[in-house]
Amino acid sequence: MELLLVFVIGLLYAAGVYLILRRSMVKLLLGIMLLGNGTNILIFLLGTITKGKPPVIDEAYKVFQEIYADPIPQALILTAIVISFGLTSFAIVLLKRVYALVDSDDLDDLNTPEEEDL
Amino acid sequence: MIDNHILAPVFVHLFAAIVQLIFWRKTITQRFISVGGSLIGLLVAMRLFSKVHQEGILTMNASDWDAPFGIVFVADLLSVTLVVLTSIAAFAVSIFSSVGLSRQRMLYGYFPIFHFLIMGLHGAFLTGDIFNLYVYFEVIIISSFVLMTLGGRKAQLEGAVKYMAMNILASTFFLTGIGILYGITGTLNMADLSFKIKDVQNQTLVGITSCFFIIGFGIKSAVFPLYYWLPSSYHTPPSAVAATFGGLLTKVGIYAMLRVFSLIFIPDDFICTLLMVLAVLTILTGAFGALIKTNIRRLFSYLIVCHIGFMMGGIAMFSKIALMGAVFYLIHDIMVKTNMFLIAGVIRQLRGTMDMEKLGGLYKEYPKISLLIALVLFSLVGIPPLSGFWPKIFLFQEAFTQHQYFFVGVLIFGSFITLFVIAKMWSKVFWKDVPENVEIEDKFASMELYRKIMMVLPVGILAAATLYIGLNAESIVKISEQIATQLIDTRPYVEAVLGN
Repeated sequence: MELLLVFVIGLLYAAGVYLILRRSMVKLLLGIMLLGNGTNILIFLLGTITKGKPPVIDEAYKVFQEIYADPIPQALILTAIVISFGLTSFAIVLLKRVYALVDSDDLDDLNTPEEEDL
Repeated sequence: MIDNHILAPVFVHLFAAIVQLIFWRKTITQRFISVGGSLIGLLVAMRLFSKVHQEGILTMNASDWDAPFGIVFVADLLSVTLVVLTSIAAFAVSIFSSVGLSRQRMLYGYFPIFHFLIMGLHGAFLTGDIFNLYVYFEVIIISSFVLMTLGGRKAQLEGAVKYMAMNILASTFFLTGIGILYGITGTLNMADLSFKIKDVQNQTLVGITSCFFIIGFGIKSAVFPLYYWLPSSYHTPPSAVAATFGGLLTKVGIYAMLRVFSLIFIPDDFICTLLMVLAVLTILTGAFGALIKTNIRRLFSYLIVCHIGFMMGGIAMFSKIALMGAVFYLIHDIMVKTNMFLIAGVIRQLRGTMDMEKLGGLYKEYPKISLLIALVLFSLVGIPPLSGFWPKIFLFQEAFTQHQYFFVGVLIFGSFITLFVIAKMWSKVFWKDVPENVEIEDKFASMELYRKIMMVLPVGILAAATLYIGLNAESIVKISEQIATQLIDTRPYVEAVLGN
């Protein structure tokens, strides 16, 4: 399981970086999303995966008797997912607006000369 | 000491934002709430500062979960100093934006978002939990995205794409670093991390993790190879927004770097050298960029980059005196950089443009405003006894002690270029006559008197703060010294959070 996740993380990071380096805005967006997902799985993996041991103490005891699944990485991932959901939806709307204004998907076209406003 | 008032500055701005959301589209009420809220926030922050100054580090455990298990908020001297400075800047910007912004922007929620941004900044300074720091960073960037795009002009949206992509990338790096850090230590509390990290056997992994933090914070604070988003986006939003960004957002990156590299990763030789190289290149490239720009705000954007290098150099030397210099420079820089962008807004109001080639003759027409602006420009350059001068003494002193002669040279070069571009700007904008065949569009003269005052007053407030920092340097040096001592010797911080 761990080994599989390691490969998935590597793949997601590599694909994310590759897509970010492209000139297309949509690919930039996809790259950011893939990187975010790669990070989430990385946190999940580094919290050491424990199968079928919920962090619940048995009624008879006061402390944990055996190794249990760490709930914190999952809380962190949940927070990170919600945040990246918000950021991604903002990014999608922004890129759509830019596309409507610039009429191009190429990041190199985003160079309108000085324009001023207050 | 446990004290629940630590969160007061955060809550003041949170409530101000919520109340403003209730008064959606009622811009006059929102303006009053914004200025009033910022004033209350400033008073609360000052109270917190004096309390921390007298009683030492205060902490607060969220929901009474004991540290290191719950989220802890810590107000040490560095945090509260930055909270006070942020509050002053927020107060000035809120006054400026109540007259300096178009009505359309106010209608679509400028003020609530501005207060959410300030709330995020306060939270980031006060938290003692590294994942909570990440969450506050996200609060900051999502609010700044909205502020940057509000208005929806083409140039603004184009700048926002670069800004958004780089900042999300920075957060991803930061989060990756946090993930690895949790994996190798099993804690997120910064005080707890500070000694658990020493027990990690694989110290190479710790070094690599610290590089993730350097990249993440480096993008946010605009350090050499990672800063290109800043000059290509900061000149696009309205001046009030640019002032908040230029004065405060890059400094959060510096704050985070100071915190993480003093508490968690104690810089070894490799990290120090890396930071020093980055600092030198940041100063050089920022200075060269500032040389060729004719638009005032683009010029200021490059000066931000250049001066970030000064603070990075202070962190890189990592000794008490160097950190004193860096902290003092941070204090000075927040006040001055915020003011610079407000000044750009005033100039734009006076002349209808920010291009130096089309500007001129301001001194003849508005001598009083020009002199006020001159005071700020002199502080930025660091003419003794104004505020930019003092921190450089400490940086020079420490660079000589550590035989970093190249850094000394670069510091002098950076200061000289700053002087040169500011002198060039002064003569072109204020002394030179208005160029022929340029039509002046003076919106300022036709404004009502209270609007004129509201526009110049924030520049005056920040200039007074700068003047105070410069003329009362002794007490600022004392505070910087205490902060630097706390940064070098982190035992009081750890003891305040975790007990003995």
